[in-house]
Amino acid sequence: MTTPSRLPEPYSSNGSANLADILERVLDKGVVIAGDIRINLLDIELLTVKLRLIVASVDKAREMGIDWWEDDPSLSSRARRDELARENAELRERLAALEPGRGQEEIP
Amino acid sequence: MTGLRYVYAVCRPFRSALQTQLKGVAGEPPKQLTHHGLVAVLSTVPERDFAEEPLRAHLEDLDWLTETARAHQSVIDALTVVTTPLPLRLATVFRDDSGVRIMMEAREAEFRRTLDRLEGRVEWGVKVYAEAEPAENGPPAGTPTSGRDYLRQRRSRARAHDDMWQHAETFASRLHATLSERAEDSRLHAPQNASLSGASGRNVLNAAYLVPRADSESFVELVDRTKDEEAGIRVELTGPWAAYSFVGEEGA
Repeated sequence: MTTPSRLPEPYSSNGSANLADILERVLDKGVVIAGDIRINLLDIELLTVKLRLIVASVDKAREMGIDWWEDDPSLSSRARRDELARENAELRERLAALEPGRGQEEIP
Repeated sequence: MTGLRYVYAVCRPFRSALQTQLKGVAGEPPKQLTHHGLVAVLSTVPERDFAEEPLRAHLEDLDWLTETARAHQSVIDALTVVTTPLPLRLATVFRDDSGVRIMMEAREAEFRRTLDRLEGRVEWGVKVYAEAEPAENGPPAGTPTSGRDYLRQRRSRARAHDDMWQHAETFASRLHATLSERAEDSRLHAPQNASLSGASGRNVLNAAYLVPRADSESFVELVDRTKDEEAGIRVELTGPWAAYSFVGEEGA
């Protein structure tokens, strides 16, 4: 039985957390359990890869603030664009490599 | 009948009631399923959205993902007020209550160990941003009068830039060292990209600290005190979170 004390009031709402803060926790942290509906580790990995592709390519990205996967060292927007293009190509390859892997896993 | 079970968290039985208007994902209020002295907090979700195929499709829809992540987090937040939940990763879904019970039995020992370790603790997130580009901050460059002059100005701007990162990183590692001493545990997360998050400045520290509730007030004050310490550096605090970053059994 737990009887925690209340937390200091001004801090109990998580008001300053942005969506990236929330997503990096609910998607990337937390206890991983394979449910009956199989969103297994591989699926989450796929999701992460796909999200990154989406985020890199839409305006939504700015608002979402998703990119807990990396620290982009480049300071120029040009370099960043090049980096994203290169990375996208890389991620697509990785995605392609993962997809057949998942298929195999599902066939007993 | 009907409907799948979306599980948010596992915790010990708690006395306080959850907020009455609390809605989980898919708009259903969360319920408690007690089994072997542990509680799974779950809600019913429709098959049309949470069966394997639709769920996979949904997860790629940013709007759906955003809404679901926020709903998930709001349940975890509500639980964090009344107990110490072990938050499960987004979209942990079972066919029915018995599927949830089987899972709880299989993981019981691990849940208990982790709950013991995290009991009465919360997670605080601290991010440090280097605020301004020195070029905007420094003395006005003036119009270069010659090629050599231009290069000189460029070099000095580049130097100021390097100094600023150096400064920000020194500040961040000092802060991290200080906060780590006051916390039971800490995790460094990958910095969030400023160009994507829309937050101004560059994120040089993105850390999580495990802190007993009883010590949280002084921890928060400590972070607050650093906020105005240095010009050009911004410190952001988020929390209290459920101990998301610390649920893993082994360190780091």
